[in-house]
Amino acid sequence: MSGSNHLSRRDFIKFTTGAVGGIITVGIGLPAVGFLVDPALKESKAGKPIAIGKLEEIPVGKPYPFSFTITRVNGWERTAANYGGFVLRKSADPKDILILSSRCTHLGCTVNWNESANAYLCPCHDAKFSVQGEVLDGPPPIPLRHFNFTIEDGVVVIVPVEIGQEG
Amino acid sequence: MWQKVYTWLDERLGLGDMYTALLDRPEPRGNWWNTLGSASLFLFLLQTATGIFLTVYYTPSPDHAYDSIQYIMTGVAFGWLIRGIHHWGASLMIIVVFIHMLRVFFTASYKYPRELTWLVGIGLLLMTIGMGFTGYLLPWHQMAFWATTVGTQIAGSVPFIGDFILKALRGGPDLSALTLQRFFAAHIWMLPAVLLALIGAHLYLIIKHGESHFPGKDD
Ligand code: HEM
Ligand code: FES
Repeated sequence: MSGSNHLSRRDFIKFTTGAVGGIITVGIGLPAVGFLVDPALKESKAGKPIAIGKLEEIPVGKPYPFSFTITRVNGWERTAANYGGFVLRKSADPKDILILSSRCTHLGCTVNWNESANAYLCPCHDAKFSVQGEVLDGPPPIPLRHFNFTIEDGVVVIVPVEIGQEG
Repeated sequence: MWQKVYTWLDERLGLGDMYTALLDRPEPRGNWWNTLGSASLFLFLLQTATGIFLTVYYTPSPDHAYDSIQYIMTGVAFGWLIRGIHHWGASLMIIVVFIHMLRVFFTASYKYPRELTWLVGIGLLLMTIGMGFTGYLLPWHQMAFWATTVGTQIAGSVPFIGDFILKALRGGPDLSALTLQRFFAAHIWMLPAVLLALIGAHLYLIIKHGESHFPGKDD
């Protein structure tokens, strides 16, 4: 119907079908995307402080391993995830403590203290960290992260949030 | 520019011919009852889309099925919408497919040359009901559990091979994790695959023969 304002029955049907189809697609498509990515938009809460050991039982000058679990609600389930680290008492002073996370800053494997190498070694890509957590060798871009802590009645209590540079 | 791209594609793919054959084919005078087949097709596509999304969270295990659906309803953004559409769409689809069949029956459209369209249609109805039956168990709540207990028991009342059918459906003598898992497999893989193939055959035949005329006074 060129040149006239008249809309043919055929064009009207085409237009309405397209419009209704479009509305349905968007009306379901957008919620569907929200539905899919929903878990990525949920904030995970910081865990409660965790007691990891008596100060008197932790030797001075040698990394002391500890581990803890954090249970989070994922979907309809509680998932217990294991974390760990090392307490390093640099001197007899109860405040002079460094608490490192054992999560490798490369791609997240767990590092182990190796006595003879005098370093934390990562089994995944051979990273090597000094006793203080600095990178000695391998691919990690930044030092091992640490935890904040308090001493309560002679017990070391950590805040289970890793502190450090962004990887 | 777009004209050129279109011409290039059209020469190789025959888009224009396809459009004419699929959407611009001659039709008898319109009648609303003739839209029910397309409505069934639309509902099938809607169920497919929402069903695929539901599998992102749904877990077919006796330990998790109920909780995962509860989570979809209360914990996931728009979960109530996606599941709601799938839940109500299932009933609607069975009703629409059934009324479509009644219309084909009352307009005597199943006669020559459309007998095969009718036979394929029976397959479609059975598969659609099968989808409803297998889907109903998936929430694994009391209603689902007992409905399936009863449904499989009925299938088990067939003479001679009844016991075999019952065990094959349940994956054993009782409703168990095996039942839930095989109903899930049937619901998301096997029945949809068959349904899709039958829909393809059905649509091919419809395009080949064209719609039948609505019977007039003289017929
Ligand atoms: C999943 C289910 C089904 C889908 C998606 C479907 C789809 C369609 C579509 C799109 C048409 C053309 C438009 C129309 O006449 O309404 C059609 C026609 C037809 N259907 Fe179905 N259908 C389904 C189930 C059935 C069932 C259960 C039967 C009968 C047992 C059946 C028998 C026929 C016949 C004979 C025609 C040709 C009608 C004519 O040419 O006038 N269909 N179907
Ligand atoms: S994850 Fe530790 S070196 Fe790659």
